[in-house]
Amino acid sequence: MTTDLRPSRNGPPQPTSAQTHRAPRRTWRARLARLDVKGAPYAFISPFYIVFLIFGAFPLVYTLWVSLHQWELASGTRKFIGLDNFDYLLTDEGFWHATVNTLGIFVISTVPQLLIALFVANALNRRMRLPTMFRIGMVAPLVTSTAAVAIVFTQMFDTNWGLINWAIGLFGVDPIEWSSSRGWSWAAIAIMVDWRWTGYNALIYLAAMQAIPRDLYEAAAIDGASRIRQFWQITVPLLRPTILFTVIISTIGGLQLFTEPVLFSVATPNKMDGGPLHQFQTITMYMYDNAFGHDRYGYGAAVAWALFVLIIVFSLINFLAVRRTGGAK
Amino acid sequence: MTTLLAGPGSRRPDPKHAAPAGRFRGLWNASPLTYLTLIVALALSVFPIYWMIIVATRTNSVVADVPPPMLPGGNGAGNVGRLFDNPDAYFAKGLLNSMIASSAVTISTVFFASLAGFAFAKLRFRGKNALLLTIIATMMIPVQMGIIPLYMIMVKLGWENQLQAVIVPFLVTGFGVFMMRQYADQAVPDELIEAARVDGCTTFGIYWRVVLPALRPAAGVLGLFTFMQTWNEFMWPLAVLTPDNPTVQLSINNLANAYFKDYTLMFAGTTVAVLPLLVVFIIFGRQIIGGIMEGAVKA
Repeated sequence: MTTDLRPSRNGPPQPTSAQTHRAPRRTWRARLARLDVKGAPYAFISPFYIVFLIFGAFPLVYTLWVSLHQWELASGTRKFIGLDNFDYLLTDEGFWHATVNTLGIFVISTVPQLLIALFVANALNRRMRLPTMFRIGMVAPLVTSTAAVAIVFTQMFDTNWGLINWAIGLFGVDPIEWSSSRGWSWAAIAIMVDWRWTGYNALIYLAAMQAIPRDLYEAAAIDGASRIRQFWQITVPLLRPTILFTVIISTIGGLQLFTEPVLFSVATPNKMDGGPLHQFQTITMYMYDNAFGHDRYGYGAAVAWALFVLIIVFSLINFLAVRRTGGAK
Repeated sequence: MTTLLAGPGSRRPDPKHAAPAGRFRGLWNASPLTYLTLIVALALSVFPIYWMIIVATRTNSVVADVPPPMLPGGNGAGNVGRLFDNPDAYFAKGLLNSMIASSAVTISTVFFASLAGFAFAKLRFRGKNALLLTIIATMMIPVQMGIIPLYMIMVKLGWENQLQAVIVPFLVTGFGVFMMRQYADQAVPDELIEAARVDGCTTFGIYWRVVLPALRPAAGVLGLFTFMQTWNEFMWPLAVLTPDNPTVQLSINNLANAYFKDYTLMFAGTTVAVLPLLVVFIIFGRQIIGGIMEGAVKA
């Protein structure tokens, strides 16, 4: 550190004396140093842009181009057909069926997930013994692999041998046909999703809750507000930006749901069908099946764009909804 | 819910009689019902993982047992042996592929993201703000959007069914760059960089000797998340790799396709596939939690 300070203090004289002694080398060095200062930042950020341009931006734009074609890799067909794919998409029952499935699973997974996460975060925010143990336990599901857990849950949801039907049987409930009914299969998949993500959202809420000044609660307690009222009238309103964040993240992730339903379709010939009646086929599965399963890359690309539009539309709707409910208060 | 309802219950009288400073302590203490809620939540979180281990260590008759067994059995080694001998799972290969791909992506992401993050946080150059904005914009694009053209690129490069297909597109992410920029902004004092500059350090020298050591905590968290994410990747490997050159997720998918009645074999597969992540989690659990909560604060 001391050596660092010295040259900067009597800096001006030194370079001139050095320059007079060995001028050519100095300028060469100075030029190199200037190149370093000017060029290094661009060199440092360029790896990201190279990777992104080739594998991120280009595919995105190219998807649009592909979607304007009848494009098959196996047969080598590549025919420009304009907007025909999108035209077909609008009346394609398979697509809309998958869209309803995706939205259905999204709603019945996200709403309870975020509510439970709020309550769990509120509980974690208390003073307690072993706080770290509880927090680590809550995020344990996140560090398991999605595919592995989907297999475990699929077995647990088995109609005849599953643990869950056995457990509800203890209460006298008849076995549920989890995979064959549309509603129950959505519920089963929603439970898999929630099992994984509730703890994560709870930790995000907890972080935001810890930033709320405690005297707000103390003042409310003096005024006689119960804990329930404190929760709904202090915690939840102040958490609105965080809730918005989690809603958007859940929308983006939820509408792209893929791994869980794929692995939930046990014993069907085509796993991308989402059950024999396509009862839990999501949009992403439909896209995948068209492109990679049936060599309809052009139409698959059109479905990908439709999904992208849906994600943007729903993120906006959710954004406005959360803002609106907050603004009313 | 129950916690909230019963919250102000039994402990309330205590703080009332306490000194003024401790007057509101009761407001924050966990009530028995808080504990009950958390213990139930904890049990639900951990049980499926525990159940996976139980089945993986037993024999296939386990599924017919009433009531189901609640303790691990002694057949774990046998099941894992069958797993690695299985001709359709290519399990050893999948495990090795996943190790290589996840490690390569992690090292590369941490290196390039911290390099770019340092540049964005601490160096002066033209177009910096606009470039940073484009990075934030890229974070919002869902990866799956481009999966079809990405596959076409791989076909053109002759990379279908090659391991680099699941590595190269993910060498550095916008999220990583942004995260490292946010951290470098606060964690590296400008004076330190100036001092190193005056000392004759090249810009890369400054990064290597001054910035990278200061970024270590954030780099660790980024590395953990990147490793877990790459390890878990399912859709893209499924599209671009074939079942005989799988990642570990595809290996267990192979098992689920062909052996869906052989639960102990499948569960041995899922257990081994999850094990590296659980080991990472046990060692770095605190950092992972810190990472999630930090990220939330920044967002």
